[in-house]
Amino acid sequence: MQLPFPWAPAPASMVAPPAIRVTGASLHYHGHPVFDDLDAEFAAGSWTCVLGPSGTGKSSLLRVIAGLAADASGTVTTADGAPMRGLVGFMDQRDLLLPWLSAIDNVLIGARLRGEHPDEERAAAVLAAVGLGAAKTLRPAELSGGMRQRVALARTLMEDRPVVLMDEPFTAVDALTRIRLQELARTMLAGRTVIMVTHDPWEALRLADCTQVMTGTPARLLAPTVVPGLSPRDITKPKIVALYRDLLAAMDGAP
Amino acid sequence: MNKLRSVGRAAITAIVALAAWQVIVSLTGAPAYVLPSPARVAVAWVTRSGYLLDNALVTATEIVAGLLIGGTLGIVSALAVATLAPARRWLMPVLVVSQAVPVFALAPILVLWFGYGMASKIAMATLIIYFPVAAAFLDGLRRTEPGWLDMARVMTGNARPWAVVRYVRVPAALPALASGLRVAAAVAPIGAVIGEWVGSGAGLGYAMLHANGRMQTDLMFAALATLAVLALAVYYGVDWALRRAISWQPDSAAIFDQQGS
Repeated sequence: MQLPFPWAPAPASMVAPPAIRVTGASLHYHGHPVFDDLDAEFAAGSWTCVLGPSGTGKSSLLRVIAGLAADASGTVTTADGAPMRGLVGFMDQRDLLLPWLSAIDNVLIGARLRGEHPDEERAAAVLAAVGLGAAKTLRPAELSGGMRQRVALARTLMEDRPVVLMDEPFTAVDALTRIRLQELARTMLAGRTVIMVTHDPWEALRLADCTQVMTGTPARLLAPTVVPGLSPRDITKPKIVALYRDLLAAMDGAP
Repeated sequence: MNKLRSVGRAAITAIVALAAWQVIVSLTGAPAYVLPSPARVAVAWVTRSGYLLDNALVTATEIVAGLLIGGTLGIVSALAVATLAPARRWLMPVLVVSQAVPVFALAPILVLWFGYGMASKIAMATLIIYFPVAAAFLDGLRRTEPGWLDMARVMTGNARPWAVVRYVRVPAALPALASGLRVAAAVAPIGAVIGEWVGSGAGLGYAMLHANGRMQTDLMFAALATLAVLALAVYYGVDWALRRAISWQPDSAAIFDQQGS
């Protein structure tokens, strides 16, 4: 297979994408347990979708893995016990673009924050790869919702982390844009360890190598389901439709 | 087109106000030392324009110096309070108390300390400007979108808080700082004029008191009009500069802007 862009699947600069292990994670919200002593494992270099109804704690789990949940207990490491520091990139449902920066400066914000030399050439190439080569000097207010989310994807790609966490990154855009963004993300993030939170089983079945359903209070993760075939998939195939029914039943709390 | 229309509206309002003023003077037959007619004020404004201009320059200097010093102090205090825990504990009470003491009550003391010259008026303007700038900027620095901070935390591993201040928190707080500076620009002339009233030998506040003492009410009105023009010039000058500096903020509308203009 010809790689569309040199950095798309596991570039040389990046360490091999690790598997991720969450051990004994507990998080309480206003005295109520979101999850308690939760264990989870996410396969190396594969795309996992965490599914579940709203408010089960999917986003909280993602924040725990990203190191953003200060009040959570438990450990998050790679499968061989190494710390997660510097391995993770994060993409939120909101684009979180800084409104005072142009698209390219938004893509470069990570380098600036770390005090590294901002590689404008590569940033321009990444923007071009997500189809925004002509828009790199525009500010977020001048871009459509789909374009902004593509800038956010470019920013995530620019960070070049082996692990990418995504919290419903494509829910805020219209259906057609969502499908294009999904395909783009799938191509560009191939080979990385991706954990994507979604409440949409169709999205999970289109994109994921593996799905995990999160349900209950305190929440727990059900056994992972491997989705057969190469993604992005045709979700009208009977096998996928059957999986869809299973996922819905699992999310609904059926045994 | 809209701009033209709003200028036209302002002109009509001014003409109506002047006409009403003239009508009141004619109907009541008020003596010129109580309420001079607009024409008399205009004559005083033209014949004494050199005198008024000299005094306006003094007041303008006091205002601009107050804005620079008070603005700088306000910005530095807000930054310190927002980013350094000891500053939060030590400076925050000072900030609050600086507002508990009525600034006007300090004017005589300031004149006593800094003399009859410009320094006491600059100090007065600085004091009155400091708080709105510090309070607004601090508020902006505290309200950084949490998602941006999370993003920065993941990108830096939480290792470079100062870079986050520089690249995220300060730029994000600029619109708030701008509203503080706009308020400051609107109140700055008050500080300077109060200072001049308490004791001075120059400035528009001095010119007003002086004219008042000699029953030159027309000149007093002319000085007042000059002060109004000066205050508007300061406000719109600051507003213009801020709009240019923060062009990415679409809602940075001036306080005095009319709806839909």
